[in-house]
Amino acid sequence: MIINFTLNGRPRKMDVEPATLVSELLRETLNLTGTHVGCDTSQCGACTVLFNGDAVKSCTLLAPSLDGAALTTIEGLSATSGSNRLHPMQEAFHENHGLQCGFCTPGMVMTAVALATRNPVPTEAEIRHGLEGNLCRCTGYQNIVASIMAGAVAMNAPAIGE
Amino acid sequence: MKSFAFHSPETVPDAFALLNDVSESKLLAGGMTLLPTIKQRLAEPAALIDLAKIPQLSEIAVDEDALVIGAMVRHVDVVTSALVRSKVPMLVHLASGIGDPAVRNRGTIGGSVANNDPSADYPAAVLALDAIIVTDRREIPASTFFTGLFETSLEPSEIITSIRFPIPSTAGYAKFKSPASRYAVVGVCVAKAGGSVRVAVTGSGPCVFRVPEMETALETSFEPAAIASIKIGAAGLNSDIHADAEYRAHLITVMAKKAVAAAIQGL
Repeated sequence: MIINFTLNGRPRKMDVEPATLVSELLRETLNLTGTHVGCDTSQCGACTVLFNGDAVKSCTLLAPSLDGAALTTIEGLSATSGSNRLHPMQEAFHENHGLQCGFCTPGMVMTAVALATRNPVPTEAEIRHGLEGNLCRCTGYQNIVASIMAGAVAMNAPAIGE
Repeated sequence: MKSFAFHSPETVPDAFALLNDVSESKLLAGGMTLLPTIKQRLAEPAALIDLAKIPQLSEIAVDEDALVIGAMVRHVDVVTSALVRSKVPMLVHLASGIGDPAVRNRGTIGGSVANNDPSADYPAAVLALDAIIVTDRREIPASTFFTGLFETSLEPSEIITSIRFPIPSTAGYAKFKSPASRYAVVGVCVAKAGGSVRVAVTGSGPCVFRVPEMETALETSFEPAAIASIKIGAAGLNSDIHADAEYRAHLITVMAKKAVAAAIQGL
């Protein structure tokens, strides 16, 4: 079936088999392998993407549901500033050592961006509640929480030099 | 996944026609249960009929003395609705504890109620508030809707369009959750409407159920202490890796007291 959607800011028209997960479409058809598949059972959150701005797990979203929607993946974050510069949330994960092995990181960053967009000044408790659907098996949550606190500030600060 | 056809009707009658005419077809709401079920090959529908493009199913409104929540209203919509918060704040608290943010961004109240998972949160609120399940053809009282494990009184091809919650004087919900899934190991919803009190328990038996003994005690005195000495029998309750029946029986009283306390605070 034909679907029309916006992928990382650009319109896309694709012919998809209905029984296709968005995680499969991204990784296997579109070669956007920044979206990771950890558990494939909607528990770990590594595959989190933004669907109309909301954090959702792409392993539990069907490609036909993309029709008419806007999808943002980890690859689409830096593009929002029109340069190769990292998104402020990615920068904050870098600065605060918010990753160890890095497998969960794309999902953590996407969840964090959605959270900080909806709640510009999140408390530590709100961040931990907001991360309930994202598992870090290195158990590096402390620095992830610190990254998101810093990233939320950076995302909502006036841009300098742009 | 095995292949299936995908339909996106734009009206409820069109959805019914497809559901009725296409063999082995299933409705898709948020997909938070259905899609994992298909991925595990526990269900193999020939067609999915997506309800996402029927706008009126996503409305929240007040109609006389009832809060009406459309079947496709997502948990996050309930959490962020000023209308729900002002009329039945308990539902905001309940919805904010379902699953995780990604689940709340997709999962719907209609899907939860139709699926009738024994550990789902919404059935407790639907039964405690004496809600009406509105479908494409009739109105079903909560008291006759939930009939057993994953079973409801919905007919084949019947479509839930909204849930009508009579606005209570006050209501509270408390759950002891699984730390991994946030499903209710035991969840209790207490609602007071005038002089009448209803207590509904989820997570504990094959299906949500009421506790008349607690209701009578709370109608006399709406305080946690009024039900503190009421013991629930373990017979018929679920035993699994999360909790055995005796522990669940104990938790029902503990959670009911917390739910009453929450109701008194107006949460």
